[in-house]
Amino acid sequence: MKATLVLAGGLTAALLALGAAGLAVGDDDDDDDHHEHHKRGWVEPGEDVQPVANAAYAEECGACHMAYQPGLLPMDAWRQIMAPEALGDHYGDDASLSTDLRAEIAGYLAANAAERSGKSRARAFSVGDAGTEALPRITATRYFRNEHHEIPTRMVAGNPDVGSLSNCNACHQGADEGVYNEHRVNIPGVGRWDD
Amino acid sequence: MTNTNPHRSVSLLCAGLLAAAAAVPAAAAGDAAAGAAAWAAQHSQAGGGEARSCASCHGEDLTGPGRHATTGKPIKPLAPSVNPARLTDEAKVEKWLRRNCNWTLGRACTAAEKADFLAYIASQ
Repeated sequence: MKATLVLAGGLTAALLALGAAGLAVGDDDDDDDHHEHHKRGWVEPGEDVQPVANAAYAEECGACHMAYQPGLLPMDAWRQIMAPEALGDHYGDDASLSTDLRAEIAGYLAANAAERSGKSRARAFSVGDAGTEALPRITATRYFRNEHHEIPTRMVAGNPDVGSLSNCNACHQGADEGVYNEHRVNIPGVGRWDD
Repeated sequence: MTNTNPHRSVSLLCAGLLAAAAAVPAAAAGDAAAGAAAWAAQHSQAGGGEARSCASCHGEDLTGPGRHATTGKPIKPLAPSVNPARLTDEAKVEKWLRRNCNWTLGRACTAAEKADFLAYIASQ
């Protein structure tokens, strides 16, 4: 009898402990579900370009602007941008790097440039030139211009929350993850944009 | 202002870097008041563009976030009192002083100027 009571007591304690653990796990699940829905919704468009996978590039270049995925420009354009003298006058800014960092980042960008990508949207960025200015621009590529020419200036340059077509992530909600599908476009103050 | 004494220049630079590495109040080698004045000084641009100062990107209040003048990207506060990671990475401090002096003043800063900026930032 005594042994049964002890056993029962032990079982109760174990059940209580399990219950508490179950509650905690349940809370976690709720959080996860909420997070997933919030993040993904029903439409889950895939990556259009490979997300950035180099810490030095993300840190050094992402300090001043979105770290544009390497698949958004052809190899030769990255080579021009990453030349030491070009980094000293990087679209009007001094973006000079140490020799080692410059070599690492230039190598990463070249190895993952548009024409090296397995993704068709990234490869489209390698067609034609990337502008006639001193330095190439993603916004000057033929594919980029074709995709954005219908968007009125007031929604971009005239929109304080956007400012420039260079701020991909102002409108493309998945830009940081390499998702540029139109389903994830939300122009600040305007809303969804459908072609 | 040109610093003609190489020994003073080197010792000030070292003091500045030590202050940066050790973080906050030790940036005593520089003059925080001079750094504050230099921070707000407007530098007219050769090409006729808008005058620039440190505040163009970082703002007047170092405890608040800044905003990159060209790209609009938010910049975390520089004040160690609200952002303790500031002034702890010597290479990072040197890199940004080099780049930002070039952008703002159109030249490299002297060691004394850098020490003053560091003293000012450390005091915030």
